[in-house]
Amino acid sequence: MSGRLLAFVITIATAILLVLGVLYPGASALAMAGRGAVGSMHSYSSPQAAVESLVDAIGRRDWGLAYDNLANKSEFTEPEFVRDLNGGYPSLRTYATLNSFDLHPLHATDDSAEFRISMHWSSVVGMFDENRDLHVLRTQDRWQVAWPLQKEPRVPPQVIPVNYLRWDVIYRGPEDDWGAQDVEAPHVRIVDMHPIERAGGVILLGEVLNEDVVPAFVSVKATLLAKNGSSLATEDAFDKMSHILLPKQVTPFRIDFQNVRLSAVDSIRMDPSSNLIAASADPVIELEDQKLAGLPQPAVTGKLVNQSGQIVNVTHILGTFYDNTGQLVWVADAYANRALLPETPEAFSISVPADISGHVSSYRVVAGAYSSSRFQ
Amino acid sequence: MRMRPLLTLVAGFVVCATVASAQMLEFELPRSIEAGAPFSITTSGNGKGVFYLVGPGQVVRREIQLGEKVVFSPGEVHSAGHYIAILAGDDSTRTAEMDVTASMRPATLSFLAKPSRLSVDQPNAISGVVYIFDAFRNLLLEPKEVSFELSGTGAAPQTRTVSSHNGVAWVRLNSAPKAGSGQFQARVDNVTEKRIVQEVSGEPCNLRMSAHKSGQRVAVETAPLLDCRGNAVPDGTIVTFKETYNGEETTVDVPLKRGVARTELPARNEGLISVATGVVMGNEIRWKEGQ
Repeated sequence: MSGRLLAFVITIATAILLVLGVLYPGASALAMAGRGAVGSMHSYSSPQAAVESLVDAIGRRDWGLAYDNLANKSEFTEPEFVRDLNGGYPSLRTYATLNSFDLHPLHATDDSAEFRISMHWSSVVGMFDENRDLHVLRTQDRWQVAWPLQKEPRVPPQVIPVNYLRWDVIYRGPEDDWGAQDVEAPHVRIVDMHPIERAGGVILLGEVLNEDVVPAFVSVKATLLAKNGSSLATEDAFDKMSHILLPKQVTPFRIDFQNVRLSAVDSIRMDPSSNLIAASADPVIELEDQKLAGLPQPAVTGKLVNQSGQIVNVTHILGTFYDNTGQLVWVADAYANRALLPETPEAFSISVPADISGHVSSYRVVAGAYSSSRFQ
Repeated sequence: MRMRPLLTLVAGFVVCATVASAQMLEFELPRSIEAGAPFSITTSGNGKGVFYLVGPGQVVRREIQLGEKVVFSPGEVHSAGHYIAILAGDDSTRTAEMDVTASMRPATLSFLAKPSRLSVDQPNAISGVVYIFDAFRNLLLEPKEVSFELSGTGAAPQTRTVSSHNGVAWVRLNSAPKAGSGQFQARVDNVTEKRIVQEVSGEPCNLRMSAHKSGQRVAVETAPLLDCRGNAVPDGTIVTFKETYNGEETTVDVPLKRGVARTELPARNEGLISVATGVVMGNEIRWKEGQ
């Protein structure tokens, strides 16, 4: 009898909560949902409500509504506003969705207020954050946000002569005789490998060199072996490495094994594999003014400069960190969420865990480029 | 008692008839033929029969008139190996065996040349293996002279002649001291097969760069990159330029183009510029304003 009563109470409580959730949704829930009744969030009666309304419209990509309610829309056009948020060229940002946001009030008077907003965007390669300081103004009986527009540079129309270098591959065909020669796979070599124990798991750090004269698509698989020779776990390096290696290029790799104790590992079997790939030697990306910032937020920061004439849609930045004996201590990565325009610097930052940053003596940063017009 | 001579007579008649019938079903098969060669089989007997020829990868069935010749046209029996022939009459069968040997004339070569790409000046690093086949893809087991030649990189051609053994001949050759596309050819009689062996430069040797002012930046450029044998390192090889200044670094990975790598770095007084490719380090330049 008591069981039936409990089930009844739980059912009723769930129904009540569902109804309440539908009738009174949270602000960030609405923004995250990217839909919902337009206008339901549009309150401009307070500075915070104005900011939340704006972010709600941005989250739903309702650019017109967001732009119309800005206090400083006379300073820029709606397309410029959209380019600021969406990117002028296809990039990670173009396809990202606003996952959530944090609002921190900085200052407030009767007629104006300052907020720092952290927008957490979700992209295909993970989250990226964007911080903006918003000035909110009172105009008559409503509050409006003055959007701090960051004008994305435009590349002036021009012709940039580029001497592209490219490799194409012709493989043997199915109709070829069995003795017909095929093209040799590139020779790659693991030049460094170091396991560490961290966060209840084992992390393999290493570097791979393409010692051949042709480009290679490289992957690294590792198997942790116990003392009795049995396999504890097998993982591949996925996003923490650059898979396309040009001749004599070195990439770091990081392979994370969850829930494995380093003390249980007797040996590690490494299986690097490589395939020939049609690739281009361009674009060339300069990593300018790199420096390692210490605590409280240790990171390697710098600027990416695209030295080629081609627009790079996604830039993957990989950092390899060494201690004072040259031992690998960490591998981390980051992505530029805006397209990289020719000769236009774009800031980057690769975070380093605070406990590891104290051991870092030197580092090496490499960038991989992906263009929508072609791979690499 | 009267019946015994009669039964003996009948039994003797049956035996004689059977033996006579068996003697009538005969055929002659050649002991050995060359693959694809025409041949015929003489049969004896009366009535209809079925002739089977069973060999490796091939079975032939013919309905024949006993006493006539069974003719096999050129190319009809083509797989080399041991064959069993069966002639089935109405009430008896006969079997015989024959061998089909590969043709003496090579028609195709399966040439395995490995590797397809390797560094220059490597002793015994190129292997070539040839399998000799006739026109019907039968391995020629008889010894044949196979000549191998590796040429085409500007160095003197390397030639070897070896005798095949059980249809296979092989050789090991050195890679040439000069980089280029090597033509690796195997020849048996008039049949040739060609492979390309790309002989590429070794590790870069004596990596040197120079720097000069270019507007607000420093243009850095390597000298033509060569290996220790004087071969040009292939275009596309990544050269890393690094500038260290006041605790900050600027790095650029540049591919070789037309033998040299060039880029521009920020002009920083007393900035230290270094260059490397793979695991080979080059020279360093301390940049000074007005240089």
